[in-house]
Amino acid sequence: MKIKNRSWGDRLYVGFAYTVLILLCASILVPMLQVVTISMSPVEVINSYGFHLFPTKFDFSGYEQVFRKSIIWTAYANTIFRTVLGTALTVVLTFMGAYPLSKKTLPHRPFWTALIVFTMFFSGGLIPSYMLIKSLGLMNTMWSLVLPGAVSVFLLLIVRNFISALPESLEESAKIDGAGELYILWKIIMPLSMPILATVSLYSAVGHWNAWFDSMLYIQDEHKQVLQLILRRIVIDGTLDPAAGGGADLIDKPVNGESMKMATLVVSIVPIICVYPFLQKYFVKGTMLGSVKG
Amino acid sequence: MQRKSMALPHAAERRNYSLLRRYAKHKYYFLMLLPVLAYFIIFHYVPIYGVLMAFQDYRIFKGISGSEFVGLKHFRELFDGIYFLPVLKNTLIINAYKILFGFPAPIILALLINEIMRPRFKKWVQTISYLPHFLSWIVLSGIIIEVLSPSRGIVNMILMELGFQPVYFLADTSWFRSVLVSTEVWKGVGFSAIIYLAAIAGISPDLYEAAEVDGISRLKKVWYITLPSIAPVIVIMIILNSGSIINDDFDQIFNLLNTNVQSVGDVISTYTYTEGIAKMNYSYAAAVGLFKNVIALIMVLTANTIARRFSDQAIF
Repeated sequence: MKIKNRSWGDRLYVGFAYTVLILLCASILVPMLQVVTISMSPVEVINSYGFHLFPTKFDFSGYEQVFRKSIIWTAYANTIFRTVLGTALTVVLTFMGAYPLSKKTLPHRPFWTALIVFTMFFSGGLIPSYMLIKSLGLMNTMWSLVLPGAVSVFLLLIVRNFISALPESLEESAKIDGAGELYILWKIIMPLSMPILATVSLYSAVGHWNAWFDSMLYIQDEHKQVLQLILRRIVIDGTLDPAAGGGADLIDKPVNGESMKMATLVVSIVPIICVYPFLQKYFVKGTMLGSVKG
Repeated sequence: MQRKSMALPHAAERRNYSLLRRYAKHKYYFLMLLPVLAYFIIFHYVPIYGVLMAFQDYRIFKGISGSEFVGLKHFRELFDGIYFLPVLKNTLIINAYKILFGFPAPIILALLINEIMRPRFKKWVQTISYLPHFLSWIVLSGIIIEVLSPSRGIVNMILMELGFQPVYFLADTSWFRSVLVSTEVWKGVGFSAIIYLAAIAGISPDLYEAAEVDGISRLKKVWYITLPSIAPVIVIMIILNSGSIINDDFDQIFNLLNTNVQSVGDVISTYTYTEGIAKMNYSYAAAVGLFKNVIALIMVLTANTIARRFSDQAIF
């Protein structure tokens, strides 16, 4: 430490900081630990009194059940498909909106920007949007999941600000060398925008991975549902609703229902836990760019 | 931009001409922008036009153009009826608590993280505290149901070890709102702290060094240097979040809500869903949604106006 003689008050404050931060982390890790433990425990252990933080006996029948349920894997595939398609669509459209709006010479630029930004602060709401999808005939199609949220105003503004901040001299010197608009876009702006487009695609991918409400609204066909919705049916509907008047845990499930629920949870969050620590910095970057005034 | 000397008789004509030329010059940019504008018009402006159904007795096969106009009938029903006002009350109470605890929490967290001198510990805390932000409310609800379980959840285990009776947190009307507020703060606090951490990182070290020479305590540094320096960011966040007094978190509440706590947990968005989608009272539900969106817009505009009057931090 740089300063040696720290006062009593300073030490107390730093100690307080460590305590709060450790408690916060524990409040996130301990629940995860319980979920993982329950997912691999036999029924008699699950129903016994006590803390369930570390597995005492192993029983992977919950996972076996999950792996045997084909609906989970269909849903998994649907989620992956919507994530890939939706993210691609978002990145392309966001860039197509951001690039022209970053041009200071664009006629009526404030108007076109305002037209888009206004939708951030006012929307038609759930019912009119639902009616729109219905009348466009998009019900029960993948398009109903990827089109309505394809462009986020927030991300579009982030990308626009990023492109505006690129040095103009690059473009000018290319023009002097006789480069056309398309060449400048493709060979100069696009490569330079890659970091921000990576951020956009990650935001969009997480959004699609976690989305479920649109699937509940617009998709009736069981085999087109996304993973989160199947998860909801298994973990939440199966737990809370039948428990009217009683505890959620009083219902007797035939085979190791509890560990199967937790196993489904684990299976659905594993991909996120695996990639997220490596991609974290892109998300952090996105948030900070967002703080730049539009 | 037009200069005085240009104000000749044909100035307007010339301006139109040059504007047209500017559009022609930018035609490829507009070609590029067109699909995006089309997207916003179809998926955002058409639903905004669609709120007209809130003033109609909307019939699905007749559409907006064919349905009968009934004026403010649904809005009168909203405020005269016995169903909406409790929902509005729930929404305002839950959101007020979420703002009360949820707004300062990331600021405090950022200040605390900033006191940590060990980079590895700092990195770990940040990585772990961002995690819930990346999980859906379905996953989190599954975890919360498990952890709050009266028979085996860790929270009740601790309570029982301390000699208390187990609590049915998710089925008890006196506990449900507290669960909503605390889990919302818990989910978002880490990730929301990033913006304040970035603001703190931007403060000039000279200020702190000068303070150190004067032997000022850490808490005083926070109060007299850090907080005033990040005040502009705090103001912007207040404006951006001012709609959240009426905008509830559908994903969270819908997944945790159950019949036991319907009376204290049913909020505008869940009510809109039940009325509009489940019961198919389209016009009535659209009126509920419109009411909410108008209030949210007014809140944002008001916060922005106030911010512009008292500081230069308005966002538009």
